[in-house]
Amino acid sequence: MTRFLTWLLGRLPIGWLQLTHNKGRFAAALAGVAFANVLVFVQLGMMGALTGSTLQPYELFEADILISASDAKSLTEGGNVARVHMLQALTVPEVASAAPVYITKVDWRVQEDQIAGLQLVGLPIEAIDFMAPVLRPQFLQLALPDTALVDRKTRGGTEEFFNSLSPETPAIFEMNNRQIKLVGTLQIGAGFSADGNLVMSDQSVLRLSPSRSSGAPDHILLKVQPGASIERAVELLKQVLPTDTLKIRSFAKAAADEQAYQTSEKPVGIIFGFGTIIGVLVGIVIVYQVLSTDVADHLKEYATFKAMGFSQGFFLGIIFEEAMILAVLGFFPGALAATGIYKMLALKSGLPVGLTLARALIVFVGTLAACALSGTIATRRLAHADPADLF
Amino acid sequence: MTYTPHAPISVSGLSHWFGEGEARKQAIFDVNFEIEKGSLTVLMGPSGSGKTTLLTLMGCLRDVQKGQLSLLGHELHGADETMKIMLRRRLGFIFQAHNLHESLTATQNVLMGLQVHQSGVKATVDAAQQEKAARHMLSLLGLEDRLDYLPAHLSGGQKQRVAIARALVSSPDIVFADEPTAALDKDTGLTVVELLKELGGKRGITTVMVTHDNRILQLADRILTMDEGHLVEEAVPA
Repeated sequence: MTRFLTWLLGRLPIGWLQLTHNKGRFAAALAGVAFANVLVFVQLGMMGALTGSTLQPYELFEADILISASDAKSLTEGGNVARVHMLQALTVPEVASAAPVYITKVDWRVQEDQIAGLQLVGLPIEAIDFMAPVLRPQFLQLALPDTALVDRKTRGGTEEFFNSLSPETPAIFEMNNRQIKLVGTLQIGAGFSADGNLVMSDQSVLRLSPSRSSGAPDHILLKVQPGASIERAVELLKQVLPTDTLKIRSFAKAAADEQAYQTSEKPVGIIFGFGTIIGVLVGIVIVYQVLSTDVADHLKEYATFKAMGFSQGFFLGIIFEEAMILAVLGFFPGALAATGIYKMLALKSGLPVGLTLARALIVFVGTLAACALSGTIATRRLAHADPADLF
Repeated sequence: MTYTPHAPISVSGLSHWFGEGEARKQAIFDVNFEIEKGSLTVLMGPSGSGKTTLLTLMGCLRDVQKGQLSLLGHELHGADETMKIMLRRRLGFIFQAHNLHESLTATQNVLMGLQVHQSGVKATVDAAQQEKAARHMLSLLGLEDRLDYLPAHLSGGQKQRVAIARALVSSPDIVFADEPTAALDKDTGLTVVELLKELGGKRGITTVMVTHDNRILQLADRILTMDEGHLVEEAVPA
């Protein structure tokens, strides 16, 4: 390593030699950087799980435009939309088809001692084109009343149970005094607000929730004519629909809006965001402490080098060399530990937590930047290295 | 005394103060002298006499406040930091406490004396050649079997010899040594100074040494004695 760094830097790797001289302290410094990395990884992982699970329900559908109540901030939060607006929307030439969506929450006793809170989504059977293509074959099984597809990633559910479900061998359970048949599965995933998902026809949902009116779905899905512009259709819809009570957005924008809402307005998103910042700050403080202690411990040597004629750039080079070594060598154990923690979290929570290459790169670059910042702060101590004090 | 800026060191009317306001105290009073090329000059005097201050002024480690101080033909009064850094690269320093870098081996410590000449840029000199030169210098000082030892595993005399090797390896024009034998026993101290004089003499290096060690005086070409900031005596040993 010393020879490689000598070749790389074109000088003796003083930073590397200093860091590795005291192996115990070096190990502690790396553990500190790795710890900060784990903090950031976990927070970003949870943030990623939040955004990932936010988008999962949108993946149920294939639509171009979403019409929601003006106060709707997510698929599940907000008022209802009068179904009459669906008919009004269909008067816009760019709009090809429309479907109402009903979303509610139900409890399901997934095991003898465990109840899962499910997000129930209802869509008319004839609106099968609004379901994601991969889900359409199963969706047709819901034509019979009181049948449902259950999310096989529902927390508490077993693989064996989900594998046993079919139209011929449904599982039957009681919900709101009605017997519901689980005739198959789909794969969406648990989130922060639901343990899983249940999909039914709109009629089954309305039977299950007598207080709900078919005239007031939660959202209206639209598809535009082939080749028509979604943005143009949105603009035209805003001219025929009341924009003071309705939110008319492209489906992609609705998903992006909800993602932003969950991460920047909901407490859980804000907490994870702050957690990430805290992790970065902890990392900066740890690396600063290591570097600044190292500078303090070597003030005499630095003063000697100053006396010998080494310039300020040389000393900055040593400190940045140390910062980069700590960043690089601290990152890998941190990433490894984070991978294990992600696996454990995904297993225990059912959340979509996993180490992506993009996140690893972001954390790595962030670690380099944080260490460089710490190094910059630590260089202030160099001013105390006065060669005249050596005599 | 004539001020001769082309002598390795030429000092004229040099005064220096420490502190500010009422706490301001004069440490050097109107000092004048010249040092010839290749000579070994010993700077003597009691503690607080100003000899170390004088040494740091000559070594470009402090700013000249009053008077003239020419080092290797460059006036230090008003010299900027870049000039002083460039001049320091032509000097060698040997400290009382040797100040070796504890994380570097003997060879690596000596290598630093060569690498200062390429500070801030990618290696322009063959690293293998540099290492060979460092090892050769250590061998000249009798440390051929301690080349890869860390300072913690060297005796006091060996450390000081490594410090001398570091100061001499780049063949500086002037070496400033501050009590280089203070931490050594009598025999080792004398041997170290003899080595310094011998190697310095061979390479035409001018040496200025602060010491309290009377046994070293016999090796000096010239002795300057300071007292309370004044240069009180200039002598040539018999």
